[in-house]
Amino acid sequence: MKLQPFKTFRGIIAPLDGSNVDTDQIIPKQFLKSIRRTGFGESLFFDWRYLPNGDPDPAFSLNQPAVAGAQILLTRNNFGCGSSREHAVWAVMQYGFNCVIAPFRGEGDDRIPAFADIFRNNGVKNGLLTVELTEEEVETIFEAVAQSPGVEATVDLENQAVTLHTSPEQSYSFEVDPTVKDHLLRGLDDIALTLQYESAITAFEAKHATYLANEKPR
Amino acid sequence: MAKTLFDKIWDRHVVETFEGGTTLLYIDRHLVHEVTSPQAFEGLRLSGRAVRRPELSFATMDHNVPTTPDRATVRDPVSKAQMDALETHCRDFDIALYGLGDPRQGIVHIIGPELGITVPGLTMVCGDSHTSTHGAFGTLAFGIGTSEVEHVLATQTLRQMRPRTFRVEFTGALSPGTTAKDMILDLIGRIGTAGGTGYVLEYSGEAVETLSMEARMTICNMSIEAGARAGMIAPDETTYAYIEREARPFAPQGPDLDEAVAFWRTLSSDPDAAFDRTLAIDASEIAPQVTWGTNPGMVTDVTGRVPGFDDVPGSTPRDVEKALNYMGLSPGIAMTDITLDTIFIGSCTNARLEDLRGAAGILRGRKVADRTRLLVVPGSAEVRRQAEEEGLDKIFTDAGGEWRFAGCSMCLGMNPDQLKPGERAASTSNRNFEGRQGKGGRTHLVSPEMAAAAAVEGHFVDIREWQKENEVAAL
Repeated sequence: MKLQPFKTFRGIIAPLDGSNVDTDQIIPKQFLKSIRRTGFGESLFFDWRYLPNGDPDPAFSLNQPAVAGAQILLTRNNFGCGSSREHAVWAVMQYGFNCVIAPFRGEGDDRIPAFADIFRNNGVKNGLLTVELTEEEVETIFEAVAQSPGVEATVDLENQAVTLHTSPEQSYSFEVDPTVKDHLLRGLDDIALTLQYESAITAFEAKHATYLANEKPR
Repeated sequence: MAKTLFDKIWDRHVVETFEGGTTLLYIDRHLVHEVTSPQAFEGLRLSGRAVRRPELSFATMDHNVPTTPDRATVRDPVSKAQMDALETHCRDFDIALYGLGDPRQGIVHIIGPELGITVPGLTMVCGDSHTSTHGAFGTLAFGIGTSEVEHVLATQTLRQMRPRTFRVEFTGALSPGTTAKDMILDLIGRIGTAGGTGYVLEYSGEAVETLSMEARMTICNMSIEAGARAGMIAPDETTYAYIEREARPFAPQGPDLDEAVAFWRTLSSDPDAAFDRTLAIDASEIAPQVTWGTNPGMVTDVTGRVPGFDDVPGSTPRDVEKALNYMGLSPGIAMTDITLDTIFIGSCTNARLEDLRGAAGILRGRKVADRTRLLVVPGSAEVRRQAEEEGLDKIFTDAGGEWRFAGCSMCLGMNPDQLKPGERAASTSNRNFEGRQGKGGRTHLVSPEMAAAAAVEGHFVDIREWQKENEVAAL
C-alpha cells in the first residue's frame, strides 16, 4: 500500500497517562471482526472512552474539550504491547493521531524500548511515527500538557525533533532508524519495493530447502 | 564465527541485505486465521497481485468460532462474515483451509505442530503474536501485522531488522507441581512485559531440555508476553520423537526425514556463541505462579500476597493501584484466599493433550466447587478426539465442567465465551489484560494443574501442598 509521505506538522498533544497500554485497550476484540481497513477511529480506547450508556466518559483524558482534534498522543512506556492486531494502529491513526510519544527506559544494553515491537512495526507500515524520548522529557511534556491543556507541538521527522510550543519553546531530539525514516518520509510501498527483487527471490528459492512434505493434501 | 541457534536460522533465510541493515528474509511457512487476514487478501485483490507460494500458507478458523455443539450455526453475523471471507479468499488464492467442521481445525498454533507444518530450522510467521509458540521446535517464528501478512502472501519474504539475542538458561530441575507455565510466568515477572522487546529469546538449560514438546510450546508461546517477538529452543531427540510420533502429513517422511534430522542436529547454539544478553534462573526455586494484576508481569508465587502499591519493581504505584482497582483486590490478600467464579482451561498456551491430562489428573473423581464454572476447550479437533479416546472429556463433565469444541474461546472472548463484568477467572491462557476475557472480567493466569485444583476448591491452592493431601493419579 502506498502511504502518504510523512510531513512536518503542528498539532495538539493529548495525554494518556499509563504504562503498558495494551492492544486490547487500544481496540477491543469485538471490533476486530470487521473485514475492512477503516472505521476503527471511533472505537479507539473504547472501554476507557465511553460510559456504559455509550456517552463519552468526561473523566477520560482524550475526551477533554481542550484536546479535541489532537494529532499527537503522549503516553508511557511499553505502549502497544500484546497482540499483533494492526487494527490498533489503524484505530490510533483513524482517530487522528500521526505521532505517538512515549519514553524508553535505561541505556545501552539495558535500554527498554518505549513501544512494543509489533505495534511499532505496524506503525511504520501505515505511516504512524512513534517517537521515543527519555522518561524525564516525557514527564516534562506531561507537566506542560497538565498546565496548559491543548498545548501544541511540531513534529519534524526530517530533523528528528519535537518542539513543544510553550513559552519559551522546548525542543527535543529523537533517534529514528534511518530505514524507517526514509520509509516514512517517502511513503514507500514495501510490497512494490520487494517485488523489484523478484529474480533474487526466485534464485534463492532454487537453492533453499523448506522441508515441506506433501505439498498439496487438501 | 560461533553462531547462536537464531543466527544459524536467520542466516540461511537472507535473500538480500539492504543499506541500513534491513534484511529481505525468506519465509518458509505462513499460518493464516480469519481475524488478521481479510484486509491483506483485499489488498492483494486491489493491487492485482497473486499469492507467490500458496502451498506455504495454511489457514484455519479459530478466533471467532463458537465452541458449543451447535457451532456450525454462527449466530454473530459479523463473525460469520469474517469466516466466510476467509473461505472465499482461500478458495480464490488456492490456500489450504481447515475450517469449521474439518478434523484438522483448531487454534492455529496448535494445528501447525500437529500437522507437521512446524518443524525445526524454519522461518515461520502468522498474523498473530503467539506465533512465537512454534519456536519450541527450533524454528524462528514470530507474529506480524496485516500489512506484513499481505507482504508474505505476495512475496514469500519479509523486510526485517535483525533482532538481538537473549539467552535464558533454566538450570536445575522443576519441583513437583510446577510446570512450564510457571517457568515462563516467573521469567516475565523478573524481566517485565517489555524486558524482551527487540530480542529473540533462546531458552536452554536442564529444566528446558527435560520438558516435553507441549511444555516447550507453552514457554515459547508466552515469549511475546515478555515483549519478545520470538522465543526458541534448540531441537533435540524430544523434538524428532514428537515429529515421528504420529502421522504429521506436512513433515518430511522416511529418507527425507533422516536428511532433515541430520541438518536439524546442526542448529544448536555453538558453545562459545555470544548473546547480547543472558539470564540464568534456578528452576528448582520456581513456585507455582498466579497473576494478580492486569499484565502478565504482575505475578507472584501462589504462597505470596497481593503486593502493596509501592512494592512492584518496574510498575509505578499508580499503575499498581489502577490494576488492583480493576481486579477488585487490595494489597496483602493471600493468593490462596482469592475465590473464583470461572475456570478456563484452553488457549494456544495450554490446550494441548498434555495440558488436558494434567488438569484431568486433578479433577478425576472430584467435583467442581459450588458456584464455580469450569470450561474446558481443547486446542484442536485432534486434541479433542484424542482426549475423548482417553476418556478425559468424561472426567471433566463428571466433575461438572463443560467440554467444548476447539477454538481460542475465552482466551480473548471474540466468540460467545466471555466473562461477565466483575466475574473472576483462573485461566490457563496468556493475557490478563483489562477486558481481555470479557468487558469487566478479571483474569488470573495459572497452569492447567493450578486451574484444575482451583476449580475443585473454588479458590487458589498451592498445588504442591494440595497434591500431598489429595491423591492424584498421573494420566
